[in-house]
Amino acid sequence: MTEALLEIQGLTKHFGGVTACDDITLDIADGELHAVIGPNGAGKTTLIGQLAGEIAPEMGGIRFAGVNITNLPAWRRSRLGLARSFQITSLFPEFSVLDNVALAVQAHAGHSFRFWRDARSVPELREPACAALARVGMTGKADSIVSRLSHGEHRQIEIAMALATRPRLLLLDEPMAGLGPEESARMLTLLRELKRQYTIMLIEHDMEAVFALADRISVLVYGRVIATGAPEAIRANAQVRQAYLGEGDAAVLDHG
Amino acid sequence: MNAHLIARNVFVAALVAFLLALPLYTGLSGNNFLLTLFTRIVILAMAATSLNLIMGFGGMVSFGHAAYLGIGGYVVGILAYEGVYSGFLQWPLAIVISALFALVIGVLSLRTRGVYFIMITLAFAQMIYYVGVSLNRYGADDGLTIQHRSQFAGLLDLSNRIVFYYLCLALLLGTIYLVWRLINSRFGMVIQGARSNDRRMRSIGFPTFRYRLACFVIAGAMCGLAGVLLANFNSFISPAMMHWTRSGDLIVMAVLGGMGSVFGPAIGAVALLVLEETLPLAIGRLGYPLVGDVALRAAEYWQIVLGPLLLAVVLFARGGIYGLLPRGRRD
Repeated sequence: MTEALLEIQGLTKHFGGVTACDDITLDIADGELHAVIGPNGAGKTTLIGQLAGEIAPEMGGIRFAGVNITNLPAWRRSRLGLARSFQITSLFPEFSVLDNVALAVQAHAGHSFRFWRDARSVPELREPACAALARVGMTGKADSIVSRLSHGEHRQIEIAMALATRPRLLLLDEPMAGLGPEESARMLTLLRELKRQYTIMLIEHDMEAVFALADRISVLVYGRVIATGAPEAIRANAQVRQAYLGEGDAAVLDHG
Repeated sequence: MNAHLIARNVFVAALVAFLLALPLYTGLSGNNFLLTLFTRIVILAMAATSLNLIMGFGGMVSFGHAAYLGIGGYVVGILAYEGVYSGFLQWPLAIVISALFALVIGVLSLRTRGVYFIMITLAFAQMIYYVGVSLNRYGADDGLTIQHRSQFAGLLDLSNRIVFYYLCLALLLGTIYLVWRLINSRFGMVIQGARSNDRRMRSIGFPTFRYRLACFVIAGAMCGLAGVLLANFNSFISPAMMHWTRSGDLIVMAVLGGMGSVFGPAIGAVALLVLEETLPLAIGRLGYPLVGDVALRAAEYWQIVLGPLLLAVVLFARGGIYGLLPRGRRD
């Protein structure tokens, strides 16, 4: 295993009396696809929120590519190469698809105190954006207004925007949430391709996808990491089965 | 370019042509009232255009934008009172001071959102208003007469109505062009992105605060220049220039004309101020044959007609007047 790209050390966060993250310690190795699974309310999205810089942890630290990013604002983390996609689609609905992705390119193409030239005619912004759209298979929809597209297409734009920031690590928060079977299959293919090029931390409920894709899996229950390991080890882990049995769907572990 | 798109362009072109040709008509007919009215309209259209940069495109609903009209005006008035008439000094100073005020107000208020932002900008404007009221040396509540309009070493004679009108119109068109360049530039994309989804903007790597602040300062400076024009136009400054109802008027102009377009606020300014002038007359003239003197008294309450009109625009025409004009389909 190569050295860790992301090191999470003792991350803790409460919301009122609820412990969302309880002393989470995790390493994401360079090049791996690390899936984080767990029942609803296990603290997965809170974890991503802290990694992306939207939620301040109470305790613990995060290092990314050797840099302590625990107290950096979200935009700085993005500049360092940490990109996230949102579980609940978060785009610029009144803009065109290409404008959405071009904004992500622009964020990483120097400062934006450029007041005169038409941003839509700058090839340094449009071309990488087109490339990112091509990557997720959305070239044909480049000029469509985002609010008029389907949920599945929104999920693809989410990924394209993350890619357009030229990240070193992708934090994908349930990219398959709400997708139909066909769209899921397409997303799975896409994730399989991305896996070869990027380090990915994947949060996902679709166990089939998780076990098909992940190099390692961490299981989060009530804000705690109860197990981390290769898919086979996780499948066989008694504690994990116990946690999912409690939820009444341990069967998903066998089908994966 | 399709036929629908052209309908909007024709409307805007007709409005610009009308504004350009107006002095010809007023010169021939000797109708100075109309020229005076439209000089005021053009100046306030400029203020509304600057407000729309932050409100329509940046999503920053400032309820204190008239403060910059006052600041720009007071710089001119105070300098004139102290014997400085040079426009080369007055105007840049007015713009810089308006920008500085916007910087301070922006730093403090842009950390809030929504209703809080509206209230905090209103509060700052009220503070500045009361500073104006307390400036005893410069007329306090009663205001201050400006003896001479700004002087440009004989290059421009602002006391000539027509010259002054064309200067105002040129600055309005320049402001609209500048706003149009701005919103389509990289800077403008960031501003509009932050209006649409600030959280996402930060997550893809934009420190949005500094861009929104810069936009707020640019709008303040533009409005300060409108204040310079307004002070010269009235040859008078008073705290009333920056009363909160004036800020409200600017918002109404932008909403009425259409916030999504660079020309909307100018259209709204023309519509609102022309309605203000003509509604009382119209109510009186139309009502008199029907109900006699009652109509003349009703004419005093012309706002009863204006109010529902505005309401109708807000409820049924989100894009304002500009939005009502047919447009091309986008995809």
